[in-house]
Amino acid sequence: MSEVRTLVIDGRDVAANSDQTLLSVARENGIAIPTLCHLEGLTDIGACRLCMVELEGSKKLLPACVTQVQEGMRVVTSSERLLEYRRRVIEMFFLERNHVCAVCVANNSCELQSAARALSLTHFELAPLHPDVAVDATHERFVLDQNRCILCGRCVRVCDEIEGAHVWDIRGRGANARLVSDMGTPWGESTTCTSCGKCVQVCPTGALFEKGRSVAEPKARRPYVPYLVGHHRRA
Amino acid sequence: MDETAPGRRPRLATIWLDGCSGCHMSLLDIDERLLELAGRADIVYGCLVDAKEFPLDVDVTLVEGAVSSEEDLRKVLEVRERTRVLVALGDCAVTSNVPGMRNPFGPKPLLERAYIENVTINPGIPTEGLPALLPESLPVHAWAPVDVFVTGCPPSADRIFEVISGLLDGQLPEVGQVSRFG
Repeated sequence: MSEVRTLVIDGRDVAANSDQTLLSVARENGIAIPTLCHLEGLTDIGACRLCMVELEGSKKLLPACVTQVQEGMRVVTSSERLLEYRRRVIEMFFLERNHVCAVCVANNSCELQSAARALSLTHFELAPLHPDVAVDATHERFVLDQNRCILCGRCVRVCDEIEGAHVWDIRGRGANARLVSDMGTPWGESTTCTSCGKCVQVCPTGALFEKGRSVAEPKARRPYVPYLVGHHRRA
Repeated sequence: MDETAPGRRPRLATIWLDGCSGCHMSLLDIDERLLELAGRADIVYGCLVDAKEFPLDVDVTLVEGAVSSEEDLRKVLEVRERTRVLVALGDCAVTSNVPGMRNPFGPKPLLERAYIENVTINPGIPTEGLPALLPESLPVHAWAPVDVFVTGCPPSADRIFEVISGLLDGQLPEVGQVSRFG
């Protein structure tokens, strides 16, 4: 049973239900915390680490999307330390794969690109990995470009939790982790994919996209996300 | 701009490494404000100036393009040595962008593709008159310290004008939230 909890976020007293996360309470109260792997209606997994916040009395930072509220918490969602931390997270997303915004299908409609801008990231200090990774264009309608994947797992969850097909998984660990369809068979040969396109709709970058969208027409069309997942799990 | 001698006008230069010249085109797109810049500074080197050697004692240099060849590297080190404020102009200079797309597989397959696989006459990788490619195409700051980063492919004309006129006023511009990658 859900009970009322009171806590302090960025110096403001807020009330929450005991089953809420810090992220949902913050957003309810108009306090912005950046996220990439979170999508309303899907189970949160704390994968992207962009929503890390400071908790008074704890040396560790906590991911707001998977931290349940507790009575008396005192939380800070924005500080120099957090901003620097978030910049480094975004920088590592860029450098772990090959993100070339200028020629990406998601240019101007990419959440990674927007996050870099919002955090005033002007360049990268770390050395890029430039991995030689694959593009899977075997599906009739869609393409998976590993160069742009940030492993947020939104596609994995929307396919499993909303479509019920569970085509996608993440295989391997660390920098070798890869998004795979049907345990590693080419997407076009998948026997579980229903070609619904939900994974393409929820991808925050240009990792999953519809065929026929050249660099010349880079606007992503994702009008269905709210219908697909927005209110599904609240019912 | 810090001037070393009374009456000395600021000296502005541009240089074009491994890029498409789009950043220089965007610079030209500041249109009539070019006259304003010409009134405030001497443009001493670049695609628009007939000078063979990069001059000494330059106040501001805008670098377009990534560092991809031995010649790019020689130039960028020389420019850094002779410039007070070095500006990485555009995504190629800042991230290596499109030139960096060869980095996952290296220069050899790239040259073979261009000079052997895709030609119908005289296949062969040229060895004379062309600078050797470096193993990786890298951003300017991988080789030389950069003072100002201006992202964008290309950065808008307005942004470029703001950066240059800010620097001529002696200010390092804040460009983070107003420009972006891509």
